Amino acid sequence: MSAVTPMVQAEGVSKSFGTNHVLRGIDLTVDPGEVLCIIGPSGSGKSTFLRCINHLERVDAGRLAVDGQVVGYRQHGDKLYELKPKEAARQRREIGMVFQRFNLFPHMTALENVIEAPIRVKGLAKGRAVERAEELLERVGLGDKGDHYPSQLSGGQQQRVAIARALAMDPKLMLFDEPTSALDPELVGEVLDVMKGLAASGMTMIVVTHEMGFAREVADAVVFMDGGVVVESGDPSEVLANPRHERTKAFLSKVL
Amino acid sequence: MSEGIQARPAGAVPPPAGSRAAAEPIKAGKLRHPWRIVFAVVLIALVVLFVIDAAQRQAYGWQYVGKYVFDRRISAAALVTIQLTVYSMIIGVLLGLVLAVMRLSPNPVVKSVAWLYLWIFRGTPVYVQLVFWGLFSLIYPHIFLGVPWTSLGYSLSLGFMQNAFIIAFVGLALNEAAYMAEIVRAGLLSVDTGQEEAATALGMSWWQTMTRIIIPQAMRVIIPPTGNEVISMLKTTSLVAAIPLTTDLYGVARDISAVTYTPIPLLIVASLWYLLFTSILMVGQFFLEKRFSRGVNARRPDRAAAAGVLPAAGAPDGNDLGGKG
Repeated sequence: MSAVTPMVQAEGVSKSFGTNHVLRGIDLTVDPGEVLCIIGPSGSGKSTFLRCINHLERVDAGRLAVDGQVVGYRQHGDKLYELKPKEAARQRREIGMVFQRFNLFPHMTALENVIEAPIRVKGLAKGRAVERAEELLERVGLGDKGDHYPSQLSGGQQQRVAIARALAMDPKLMLFDEPTSALDPELVGEVLDVMKGLAASGMTMIVVTHEMGFAREVADAVVFMDGGVVVESGDPSEVLANPRHERTKAFLSKVL
Repeated sequence: MSEGIQARPAGAVPPPAGSRAAAEPIKAGKLRHPWRIVFAVVLIALVVLFVIDAAQRQAYGWQYVGKYVFDRRISAAALVTIQLTVYSMIIGVLLGLVLAVMRLSPNPVVKSVAWLYLWIFRGTPVYVQLVFWGLFSLIYPHIFLGVPWTSLGYSLSLGFMQNAFIIAFVGLALNEAAYMAEIVRAGLLSVDTGQEEAATALGMSWWQTMTRIIIPQAMRVIIPPTGNEVISMLKTTSLVAAIPLTTDLYGVARDISAVTYTPIPLLIVASLWYLLFTSILMVGQFFLEKRFSRGVNARRPDRAAAAGVLPAAGAPDGNDLGGKG
């Protein structure tokens, strides 16, 4: 056990939609600078868990903390109080999120997409925000596409703009929700390359993915989820090459 | 990490398919449509006959049409009609926006109140509503603002509710708001939920998300029907006779004809003015729709071609402006 505060700590995190128990007690820890890949069949609760981390979904039971702070709640003594929207927004802006379907703002250019939140949420001066956005677009290989609207960009380019948009808030944690699942196969590589670079720069990342190659190469840890629980977790080479659990074996034999 | 991530090479557009040698053009006898010509000729003949007949018919009183069409009283009344349209649409759109947001509220009471408003105002004729507002000051001569069943507070006179012009545009606006609420609601619902999520994840507040992200995108769906509502409102203003207000275009035309005993030419005069205004609005509507549909199907080929951009074909692309609307 390290002395540093874990970036993400989940203890018995549970979530249900009506009678559908999507998460049935998730325990996991992500240390700063670590890259965690979550794999598993669809409907296993991977995306829901990711959405709980930045409070897009409310956790029903258990405890979920980011950088030592309980997500979505304020701790006062032993009791938890739900956060006001403003306070929840403050928590969220430290956590970047990249969506499966990019969710770029279609009425804004790539550059405008990236500068929107820094200006509106952080109150950054426009000149400074543009400077930073150009830097970030350069970093994801789209330095010349700043004035393009999302509809003029390929899926891979859109997803890279979405990554730049999330990075513009200087997050301490980045969440990726199947970032390459909506892409044509030949566009997957360019997005994964950007994510590899980001991992190499020391960003803490949680990636829900079906890209086993990426998990093996980049992840510090892999978690296999099924039926709302963590079935198996550990070193990527261990979990992916020598899975101990039957369900993990069955899943990997289908996707590898 | 700035290393090695290359943008897509420019000009990576696949070669056009089917570049085979051009085939011989087909030479065939054209299919004829004799009935089309017959119908066209019959219709033209009927229209011409009607115009010739109307020009000679005394009852139309064309000399009065010419005399009154640019009458000072008529043009002043036309201005009143425009004012009624503009004021009632502005209030109607704003109130409609509030009602639409109320209908999408998670608070069931707020939602129900908005629904009740829509139920009443869309379920009763606007003419009846206007008569009602005309009688409003009889029901409520003044309003007491203060603690109920005590004398703490003060009484607000509703004298201004006897001003027919104010009643007219307020009454029209209250009715319009119910229709605008549905238009705005459809617009807000047309925006992909991922947009709100993305904005929320970036730490934007509800207000910022609405004003910066959702409403600008909803406008594309909201603008065209709102243009129709403006045109419709211009004509509906003629119903203010119910209040009664008689300074609008139709009211003044009627007043003049009551003195001169020439109702038909003055109906034509009023209609010409209404047609003039609706025509102008329809032209404006055309350009507005063109502007707001920009980027929906078109990818601004000028720039896309120059940059060598591939359309993201096949990707379930929630951001693409197309698809909805």
